Amino acid sequence: MAKEHKRPDGRKFDELRKMIAKVGVVPNADGSAMFAFGDTVAIAAVYGPRQLHPQHMQDPSTGILRCNYDLLSFSVYDRKKPGPSRRSQEISKVTEWALLPAVDLSAFPNTVVDVQIYILQADAGTRTAGINAASMALAHAGIPMKDLVCSVALGKNDQQLIVDLTKEEEDYHEGEGATDFAIAKLANHDEWTLMQMDGKIQPERVKELLELANKVCAEICTVQTKALKSVVETGDEK
Amino acid sequence: MRNEINEAHEAVEDSGDSSDTKRKIVVPGEVIVEGEDYLPGEGTRREGSKIVASKFGLAEEAGRVIKLIPIFGAFVPRRNNVIIGRVTDLTYSGWLVDIDSAASAFLPIEESPRFINRNEMDQYLAIGDVISAKIWTVKGKGIDLTLKGKGLGKLEDGFIFRIIPSRVPRVIGREGSMVNMIKEKTGCQITVGQNGWIWIKGPSTDAEIKARRAVEFVADKVHINGLTDKVEAWFEENE
Repeated sequence: MAKEHKRPDGRKFDELRKMIAKVGVVPNADGSAMFAFGDTVAIAAVYGPRQLHPQHMQDPSTGILRCNYDLLSFSVYDRKKPGPSRRSQEISKVTEWALLPAVDLSAFPNTVVDVQIYILQADAGTRTAGINAASMALAHAGIPMKDLVCSVALGKNDQQLIVDLTKEEEDYHEGEGATDFAIAKLANHDEWTLMQMDGKIQPERVKELLELANKVCAEICTVQTKALKSVVETGDEK
Repeated sequence: MRNEINEAHEAVEDSGDSSDTKRKIVVPGEVIVEGEDYLPGEGTRREGSKIVASKFGLAEEAGRVIKLIPIFGAFVPRRNNVIIGRVTDLTYSGWLVDIDSAASAFLPIEESPRFINRNEMDQYLAIGDVISAKIWTVKGKGIDLTLKGKGLGKLEDGFIFRIIPSRVPRVIGREGSMVNMIKEKTGCQITVGQNGWIWIKGPSTDAEIKARRAVEFVADKVHINGLTDKVEAWFEENE
């Protein structure tokens, strides 16, 4: 039996960090949202559908989705050099793939929907916070969507499965060490749109992990839905 | 009257002030109703026995049909929409017009109401001029406009501003009731473009600003029933 594992911030194993969601944070965007998991804060802005340049990228059968993820230079302890990097390009791409099954741009041929995701503060799980923010921003921009996308990083410290790892937990070194398992899924469908892993896990435990993911994604979806609906109640958007 | 066309056209699409229909705010993927009796309308789809929202907006039951009124989102051009645009370029055969949509709009020289000499096009419409025009065709790559029609043409003086395009039916109201009321109360001329651009010209700057505030007030309150009364109250407060 594994010896008792305690999380550094005293959370339960299946407890998410405090989530904050807000819609309509960027006045000049067509849709925007902020999403925070504890100290990880992401904002997303959606522009479009608009004319796509360069023209050779245009698709006459459907609109295309273009995501850009970036860490702002002050979001981490050691200043991050601004501008695209290998890591941010990869995350931009997987974010795009995570969101694509949810959106339907067939009504806007030859156009592009741009999604800009910026991480204001990073404490692990930035790509998942970014996806959550982007899915809210897309809904806010009035883009036809099949569903909202919920995303969370799960993982394992030694033998204990945990959800929503902090940076400290990602750097855990005892026993089997740390595993980081980022997923995204459609909120009301059994469809996974992102699955990435860093570390090691026993194949039979992945199932357990996904069940955990289903459970916490429902919580995330509730937060997203509430934030979206509140923007109409107060009538303050634009 | 400048916007007779907009209003006559919009009366059909209006989702305005019907007070009895039940509305609720839904997010994409949310189940609106369950049951085989219902039919999915605009912005919704059927998944098994459920009717599910495909957009963020207000879901409304109209008999058996469930439809979704979007409250955010870009302008989707349709034929016969009256829009307000700004001339961005002159070509040998017409004008390019920015109408705030993904596809670019073109106004051929033949579609102006009177004959225009090709060499003197800029004397009729120059870059930066604002026009109200009607969408003649929507093709894959572009939109063609026309100026032939009542109330269409160059908009002189006054100013334009922008609201969210999906709120336009609300601002116009049932058969133009809302915009007519604002016109009456402020004495301004108002043209509402389907693309969310609004042009106002009034007897004084104060009246123009008041009209703009009133329009923005209406555009902000999409979800409220009996909006006409609320706007009347607003006018009394801001006398």
